[in-house]
Amino acid sequence: MIRPILLRIAGFALTLLAVAAAIFVIVDVLPGDTASVMLGTSAREDTVAALRAQLGLDRPAPIRFLGWIAGMLHGDLGQSVTYAMPVGTLVAERLAVTVPLAALALAIVAILALPLGTAAAAAHGRAPDRVIGIVSQLGVAVPNFWLGLIFVLVFATGLNWLPAGGFPGWGAGLWPGLRSLLLPAFALALPQAAVLTRIVRSATLDVIGQDFVRTARAKGLAGRAALLRHVVPNALVPITTILGLQLSFLIAGAILVENVFNLPGLGRLAYQALAQRDLVVIRNVVLLLAAIVIAVNAAVDLGQVALDPRLRRRR
Amino acid sequence: MIRRANPALLVGGALTLALLLVALVALAWTPEIPTRVRIPLRLKGPLAAGLLGTDHFGRDVLSMLMLGAANSLAIAVPSVLLGATLGTAIGAAIAAVRGGVETAILRVADVVFAFPAVLSAIMLGALLGAGPTAAVIAIAVFNVPVFVRVSRAAALGVWSMDYVAAARSVGRGPASVTRTEILPNMAGILIVQVTVQLALAVLTEAGLSYLGLGIRPPNPSWGRMLADSQTFLSQAPHLAIAPGLAVALAVLGLNLLGDGLRDALDPRLRSR
Repeated sequence: MIRPILLRIAGFALTLLAVAAAIFVIVDVLPGDTASVMLGTSAREDTVAALRAQLGLDRPAPIRFLGWIAGMLHGDLGQSVTYAMPVGTLVAERLAVTVPLAALALAIVAILALPLGTAAAAAHGRAPDRVIGIVSQLGVAVPNFWLGLIFVLVFATGLNWLPAGGFPGWGAGLWPGLRSLLLPAFALALPQAAVLTRIVRSATLDVIGQDFVRTARAKGLAGRAALLRHVVPNALVPITTILGLQLSFLIAGAILVENVFNLPGLGRLAYQALAQRDLVVIRNVVLLLAAIVIAVNAAVDLGQVALDPRLRRRR
Repeated sequence: MIRRANPALLVGGALTLALLLVALVALAWTPEIPTRVRIPLRLKGPLAAGLLGTDHFGRDVLSMLMLGAANSLAIAVPSVLLGATLGTAIGAAIAAVRGGVETAILRVADVVFAFPAVLSAIMLGALLGAGPTAAVIAIAVFNVPVFVRVSRAAALGVWSMDYVAAARSVGRGPASVTRTEILPNMAGILIVQVTVQLALAVLTEAGLSYLGLGIRPPNPSWGRMLADSQTFLSQAPHLAIAPGLAVALAVLGLNLLGDGLRDALDPRLRSR
């Protein structure tokens, strides 16, 4: 059990290094002179030279890359030019919004999709299955940022129940912070919940059709008991894989939804950094978001080994 | 033999056909010039000026929506075709070769797939400048690993068939067998996947244009219209509703068409 875990951690580290190299090439090497890209075409020659020196661009690219990686290992991500503060501090502030937002959305996805998908499979072909099928088909088609706008229209400006945007900071207390994340989290979660509902349904149907479920039924186990004892645990492996993959859609969605609701999160930071051509921020934020997605998928992979004894022997 | 009509195929096909027709018509004719600014007519409600009202510059919303359909497809179609062509070539090749190369490429595909298209678009925006080219490449990059996986799985299925063994036994090489036996027999699966990925691409394009990373204004796009509508949300809610419905209907149509085609092409899955 220890060896496969260590192997996977080593693989994870190598993957991150490869991703970092790819990001570095795209953001730092290919655009040519980073300093003049950041300052725009109208910048004066001495300003560009000063920034070039400040960013250490006079050194060759491989040395700069190693410098970035070495700095990261020390917890030093460099200095943001536009925000005039360490990128590490900036990112930590933004993570305090994006991580709770994504976690809340993921929880909503799971809470809605697991029972709905199972219920649809249990009622295969009958009215509840058809209704859940139609609703989830509609849910998949709706853009999360549009759902955000509609929520603002209905629940903020219309009914005045929840704030239309902005974030008071966790210093203002747990409830005010959470309150301003509710609408964005639902906007982010509902389309993904629709996706997962469909997957839970088909994964459950796959298991229901197998021999051991028929055996359980033949032994006299009633419909619901057979479903909970034998079907749901066996359907969980494919479902958790998809749930892990959905995180990458939730993060992509966070970039959009944070913009709808004016939330000072990581996604909005990445987007703003592009508008401000702050390449130091872009490469760090993109790497961090990619690292989160890859790490969660690696964790899901490991979790499945715990969930399904068969996977332990095979690998 | 007359089979029970496939409702997903019918509804999805109709919606997709409507989307295509609107996009084609918009290239030749729209009720108004979509970019014409008419300040006296600004923020008019539906029917007060034009069928769907006007925006904050007095531009005709219906005309913008129509051209938006064409612009949405102008990003979605090339990006999916690019991703599908590359991905299928790689997937079919590794299914023929197998071994360490296959494992290594699948690993890389997993990592690329973990990269959301919006994130790639932001990175490519830093490289190429935000715009349609960066958007097409970002969506294409996201599609490559999808098609690598799908086409590899499909190709492996075909490789196990007796007629492929027969073709091999007469001494034909893997490249020749892939061309004449493997690829034609996985076309159905690929067509279904292209349709489903087109839906996702329309959705992604709307998001990218919303952020200003896709179609450049004043060329109208559904995403940009939604971004503009935000400032006037309580004054003119129709501006936020119409483009969102357009995206949702386009995506719904393509998804249903994909589901319907899957059922039609693979009767074994019909019970699902």
